[in-house]
Amino acid sequence: MLTILFDGVAYGMLLFVLACGLAVTLGLMNFVNLAHGAFAMAGGYVTAVLMNRYGIPFLLTLPFAFLVPSLTGLVLERTLYKRLYTRSHLDQVLFSIGLVFMAIAAIDYSMGSQQQLIQLPTWLLGRADVLGIQIGRYRSFIIAVCGILVVVLQFILTKTRFGSRLRAAVDDRRVACGLGINVSMIFAVTFAVGSGLAGLGGALGAEILGLDPTFPLKFMIYFLIVATVGGTTSITGPFLASLLLGIADVAGKYYVPSFGAFVIYTLMIVVLVLRPQGLFARAR
Amino acid sequence: MKSHTEDDVRRVLTRRGRWGFSEIAFWLVAVATLVFMPDRHLILNEIAIIALFALSLDLILGYAGIVSLGHAAFFGLGAYVAGILAQQGIGNPLIGLAAAALAAAILGLATSFLVLRGSDLTKLMVALGVALILGEVANRMAWLTGGADGLQGVNVSPLLGLFEFDMFGTTAYAYSLTVLFVLFVLARRVMASPYGLSLRSIRDNPLRARAIGIPVNRRLVVIYTLAAAYAGSAGALLAQTIQFVSLDVLAFHRSADVMLVLVIGGAGYLYGGIIGAVVFKILQDYLSDLTPQYWLFWIGLILVLLVLMDRERMVSKARTLWKRTANRLTHRAEPLATTRTAREI
Repeated sequence: MLTILFDGVAYGMLLFVLACGLAVTLGLMNFVNLAHGAFAMAGGYVTAVLMNRYGIPFLLTLPFAFLVPSLTGLVLERTLYKRLYTRSHLDQVLFSIGLVFMAIAAIDYSMGSQQQLIQLPTWLLGRADVLGIQIGRYRSFIIAVCGILVVVLQFILTKTRFGSRLRAAVDDRRVACGLGINVSMIFAVTFAVGSGLAGLGGALGAEILGLDPTFPLKFMIYFLIVATVGGTTSITGPFLASLLLGIADVAGKYYVPSFGAFVIYTLMIVVLVLRPQGLFARAR
Repeated sequence: MKSHTEDDVRRVLTRRGRWGFSEIAFWLVAVATLVFMPDRHLILNEIAIIALFALSLDLILGYAGIVSLGHAAFFGLGAYVAGILAQQGIGNPLIGLAAAALAAAILGLATSFLVLRGSDLTKLMVALGVALILGEVANRMAWLTGGADGLQGVNVSPLLGLFEFDMFGTTAYAYSLTVLFVLFVLARRVMASPYGLSLRSIRDNPLRARAIGIPVNRRLVVIYTLAAAYAGSAGALLAQTIQFVSLDVLAFHRSADVMLVLVIGGAGYLYGGIIGAVVFKILQDYLSDLTPQYWLFWIGLILVLLVLMDRERMVSKARTLWKRTANRLTHRAEPLATTRTAREI
């Protein structure tokens, strides 16, 4: 029971790191970016390639798993995404699905369609017995890393100047522009960091979620659930939503395996029907 | 003065409902393919089915402005209903078609209350969720649907008791084309009616539409249900003409493909789905020959390029060019009338 809770929390934390970039993109520019998973997949593949081809240890690959997707994100944002902010949601959906399809085919072409396996360092393998609860070492590692990230993000968002500018821009973009805040620059930075975090999440999650070319499509719905259910006004909303989603998913798969997928989708539809603006957001 | 404007408006609006020369020519060409391209009937049948599916998406996307990524739910439900009926011994294709359309319409009506809430993204997510749940149901109920192996043993009896479904697809294509035509005429009639006009006003400005007394939600529920029935019919046609149903009919990529088809052809004038289906299938045929595995890449590239090129501007440019040439041919100065009327109001 507690083990399931623990696994669920680890899974939820992972989802949060994967999806928080998407929540900010949605909130800031009202941009429906279905291609967020592609950045996560990029991070996962960076780690897999560095480890399996060049023999670099797992921990050292993580910075690259952050940097490569975030630079890619920055370039794409400045060249392509930027033009689509003022367009209709239909255009944004089409564009980002197109990107997802291209990413899937490109990875399939260059890496093959099989699952990528990564060999974790031995000190992260196995389970430890703490107070009678079976705890996976790797999952505790994930919880620790993601926990630190959450605290850092929350700190940046609430205590720094950049954070207050970002919040102002999310609240009302036009007024923020009028006050001389460079919204376009803030957005580029946020997009890059969000993509980088997704990449990091993809690398950390390669072991738990699996990593193959269809990753962006398989988890697209999860990311979108986190962003829509959590709401986009704060970081706590998506965080609680991902924890909820993680625990519900793990528990659903464990207790009612034949209804595993239904639990999530039904939960999502119920939440969205009852609270279309998100579980933790204020209605506007 | 007022009555004069009223007459003008009425004339402009009814003229829209009249069949133009190019439209008649379009359908004559479609019938001609039935006679003159006998060795292509299998692929033409597929085109007709995709066209009907895209037409159904056009009803909600082009006329009501609802972005749905879960439209395959209705297509798949229709396919399974028709397939299972045929498998259980009710082989009459027309009964299967009607049952599929009805089942899809009921699902559409039931889910419309969930889908038509909240922002664009919420709509998109709920529609997607419905499709995913349906896919999961079909997967779990393997005793009924055959699960991942697909539905085997679909036996469709001859159409109207006369025409056997042959292996060259001639009957199949004639059947699909007829259904497409009948449903198209119906959709065209609906969209030229005051109801269709009210839908357009909802798409262009929901707030204003509500303010002039249009019951926005009720209109959207009706069109969503109708579109679901259309998609169900398209699914039924697929199940009956290829006599096999697999989980693929409910897959995400089907919803994405149909959106691409509609976007290629252009949404909001009913022919977009059909033209898009022709272009899409030809492209697919050509590109899969080139690189069989990486067809997905080309779809993605086309989507990205289409969006970046700004379709709407291109379409409106093409439309003015077309009107100008058409006017030059017929020596009429009609299009000015619309602008003048609008100003007088």
